[in-house]
Amino acid sequence: MARVVVDVMLKPEILDPQGQAVQRALPRLGFDGISDVRQGKRFELEVDGPVDDAALARIHELAETFLANTVIENFTVKVEELAVGAEK
Amino acid sequence: MTARIGVVTFPGSLDDRDTQRAIRLAGAEPVALWHKDKDLKQVDAVVLPGGFSYGDYLRAGAISRFSPVMETLIEQAKAGLPVLGICNGFQVLTEAHLLPGAMLGNDHLHFICRDQKLRVENAGTAWTSDYAAGQEIHIPLKNMDGRYVADERTLDELEAEGRVVFRYLDVNPNGSLRDIAGITNAAGNVVGLMPHPEHAVEPLVGSGRTDGLPFFTSILKKLVAAS
Repeated sequence: MARVVVDVMLKPEILDPQGQAVQRALPRLGFDGISDVRQGKRFELEVDGPVDDAALARIHELAETFLANTVIENFTVKVEELAVGAEK
Repeated sequence: MTARIGVVTFPGSLDDRDTQRAIRLAGAEPVALWHKDKDLKQVDAVVLPGGFSYGDYLRAGAISRFSPVMETLIEQAKAGLPVLGICNGFQVLTEAHLLPGAMLGNDHLHFICRDQKLRVENAGTAWTSDYAAGQEIHIPLKNMDGRYVADERTLDELEAEGRVVFRYLDVNPNGSLRDIAGITNAAGNVVGLMPHPEHAVEPLVGSGRTDGLPFFTSILKKLVAAS
């Protein structure tokens, strides 16, 4: 079994008011020196069986058609191998 | 023959019954359509109503775009079936790529509910012929994700082809680019807008104006003329 992570972020040119709201709260909390915050989404997909090229291609398609709206968002797909018994 | 106008109910649709009522007041026959059915029951036009379909959990309109009824609707809209998307319906139409661009959270992050002034920019669509180009109207607006965005090239194309159908006047309530409140596809049969014409069809309720009624009389006239 493996975990595939799809990260979705608004394209850089798209205004992210949520990220801005977080950024504005930072000085109040004592965190200085952070000039910008952008907020995205992370999807963790637990995949049965091997994550081969075919499976990755399917997940890429899923990300492109459904998880992200490519009119406004970019996405990345990466595989996280889960070592058995290594759960913290 | 009475024109039959379908109204799709998704899980989370809120304004389907108001839309059916507006259609009836305009003199057409509303036909309830269910999101799980592929069948459009041979309606002459379809309205996708406002609400929060499938909870808008992924993005507004993103999950409903893949419902069985949308498969048929996308196919028929491309073949010329008149489709109007109001608020959440507009979001569904952009997610389905029947209209260009995308809808995002309001720039101020708040839900907004107000009587909104609009200018009708295009009175040549299937849904706006009973307005006059340049006419100023007031209809209610209520949304969380009403910020219309598209890349500069798409915006320029929409402007050049007269496909901006409505623009916000006085106040831009959500940060929509170029004050866009509603657009149409190239053929003019698919229209989407954020404000709610179905809430302004009777003098007794809302702002007391009936500025939304021409949407439903426009499509009715078009369908009667075509039959």
